Amino acid sequence: MASLYRQILNWLDERFGAGAVEDFLRHKTVPIHRHTIWYYFGGMTLFLFVIQVLTGILLLLYYRPTPDDAFESVQHIMTQVRFGWLIRSVHSWSANLMIFTAFVHMFSVYFLKGYRKPRELTWITGMLLFFVLLGFGFSGYLLPWNTLAFFATKVGTEMAGAIPVLGKWLLVFLRGGEEVTGATLTRFFGFHVAVLPGLATVLLAMHLLLVQHLGMSVPPGVERATAEGRATARVMPFFPNFLLRDIIGWYVALGVLGALAAIFPWELGTKADLFAPAPAGIRPEWYFLFMFQTLKLLPARIFFLEGELVGLLGFSLAAAIWVVVPFLDYRAGFGRVTRFFTGLGIFALGFIVAMSFLALW
Amino acid sequence: MKITATAVALFLWALGSAFAVSPQDSCVTCHSALEGKQAEPARLFAADVHRQVGLGCADCHGGDPKDESMNAMSRAKGFRGAPKKAQVPEFCARCHADIAYMRRFNPKLRVDQLSQYLTSVHGKRLKQGDTKVAACVDCHGVHNMLPASDTRSPVHPTNVASTCARCHADAEHMKGYKTPTDQVARYLKSVHAEMLAQGDTAAPTCSTCHGNHGATPPGVTSVANVCGTCHVFFEQLFVKSPHQAAFARMGLPGCVECHSNHEIVKPADDWVGVGAKAVCVNCHAVGDKGYAAAQKMAGDLARLKTFLGRAEEILGTAERSGMGVSGPKVELTNAHEALVKARVNVHSFNEPEVRKLTEQGVDIAQKAYQAGVVALRERDVRRKGLGISLIFIVLAVSGLYLKIRQIESGSRT
Repeated sequence: MASLYRQILNWLDERFGAGAVEDFLRHKTVPIHRHTIWYYFGGMTLFLFVIQVLTGILLLLYYRPTPDDAFESVQHIMTQVRFGWLIRSVHSWSANLMIFTAFVHMFSVYFLKGYRKPRELTWITGMLLFFVLLGFGFSGYLLPWNTLAFFATKVGTEMAGAIPVLGKWLLVFLRGGEEVTGATLTRFFGFHVAVLPGLATVLLAMHLLLVQHLGMSVPPGVERATAEGRATARVMPFFPNFLLRDIIGWYVALGVLGALAAIFPWELGTKADLFAPAPAGIRPEWYFLFMFQTLKLLPARIFFLEGELVGLLGFSLAAAIWVVVPFLDYRAGFGRVTRFFTGLGIFALGFIVAMSFLALW
Repeated sequence: MKITATAVALFLWALGSAFAVSPQDSCVTCHSALEGKQAEPARLFAADVHRQVGLGCADCHGGDPKDESMNAMSRAKGFRGAPKKAQVPEFCARCHADIAYMRRFNPKLRVDQLSQYLTSVHGKRLKQGDTKVAACVDCHGVHNMLPASDTRSPVHPTNVASTCARCHADAEHMKGYKTPTDQVARYLKSVHAEMLAQGDTAAPTCSTCHGNHGATPPGVTSVANVCGTCHVFFEQLFVKSPHQAAFARMGLPGCVECHSNHEIVKPADDWVGVGAKAVCVNCHAVGDKGYAAAQKMAGDLARLKTFLGRAEEILGTAERSGMGVSGPKVELTNAHEALVKARVNVHSFNEPEVRKLTEQGVDIAQKAYQAGVVALRERDVRRKGLGISLIFIVLAVSGLYLKIRQIESGSRT
């Protein structure tokens, strides 16, 4: 068996240097310290992304992206297609878990200063990937064409429309017209299955290459302790030690997904009616709730600007700062932890959690 | 240049015409300057429908509105003054019964109000010299009349009951008549009033059943026809039923006998049968054919409702468990429809017909129930599948854990 494996590897090595990959894996290590647990969330997000791709492809076999058929085709998947209920529920639950693990991964990297020089590009590609994931969530939410999704999309795209100068153009671009119609559904479907997967593939490839090239970041505190001799630098081989631990996490995620799908299958709701009044309790997916709640709490006018516009500008500015934080917190690159940026992270996390809970209250 | 000048002149002429002050009406000028009751007509008339179509005081009362002296109200100027109560119907009918004249304002407006009114109890009594009865202005108002379609009008469907109540609920006013004074109070408890209050202006009010200008209580034999103007199927079934002839023989008014007249509340299934609330036992007693039929019909309805309840319950449980049961739920609406049809068919008093419909509903409900059973079975299969897959996952995780320990203990030694 071992010799067959060696023969295949040799065959591949002669053709594209697969031995280098094996060599890389053999020598790749992962630092061990009290924050090692956070390293697993990147892999977990990647695993859930793979689940999304696989279940998404299966759903594509039956889904029809037209206002007349979308709802019925999802209903058909849920009730008539063998294991269709499982695939659709896993796709929906996995999407939510993926965004959750992406949030955890992002904040853990932020607090552990994983964005420090020379990993600025790893952070930026990760952030762009995160925005792509939110785009997946926003576009996918509309695809079952149910009442809740229809009105949430209406509200969401209206927010985009409030952006100065570009707003109107952006609204028409997203909706495929002035209103949320069948054209919006087709467009969102296009974003969800073509545009965003294309972007995600490129960004993911860059992100993973950078992670492999630069290795895992060691938090400044641990680095300092090692340098001062208060701790010893320990590592574990990536293959198989870290990978096996990763796989345990993936198995657990699979079990959780299966249980959620079997016990709480993702609801379909009622078919969207373009002429019906908006029902009560319209709100976006949980990961957009903090923005939704903030915009709701803002007064109608702040000085001479509309409250909603101020909110959107604020969020845009915050997102921009978040993306370029490796350049702003450049001192962290020299091992100096700035309290301001740690405080900023705590404030951002606290704000997101508090506003989300307030919206659910 | 010439063309421009002409255009400017035309424009100024059009502007002048648009803002031209209408000739002064001396009736309005003088009455506005008066006080109290004499100023009221001028004040109220501004919003009157007659004013809106360009009519003035003189069109009803005669006289010369261009004459600014008291001579405007002279007989020589055709002044008729205010009509006495007994003269009101004919006073209004001078225009409202004139087809050619009315067509100028509204070709769709009826012109038979006077002839209808003269057939009404109000009209007949007025002719006999009873001036307490309603004439045109008592319902429509004076000087501030509005079209019936205007929600402020006292004859708008939502206001009719309170307009009638002004006299018919006033015990003092109705003293000397045999008519009771609780009709409006009872009507307000009815399902008809409830629907009207919800904004359904098609729901019946007093005039829908009694007529408006020709207001008369429907006779015993015409009650079913009156109700049947809206409840068409019920009437069709009733007139073919054995009750039609029996009621006529006994001098009983059709629908009213079971449903009451003014206080027509939402009917319930327990009105059918032989129970405490059943209306059938008002006439039928143990041993007669009607009693047995009533008992069977109540049984038919109850059987369908039991099957419907069972099906709804199991589908609800399945749905709460996350199972997709929208198909059977849609099917179940057909069983609900069968129940509605059976309830309507009760008015045929033909038990086999009712049973045919309830059994159709029972069949549908049973199929929906079975779909619920299948859905719950599927739910259990899913949960068992989950359990088995979780066992495999736990085994795999344990195996991996042991493998890691094995690798790492090897590397330590």
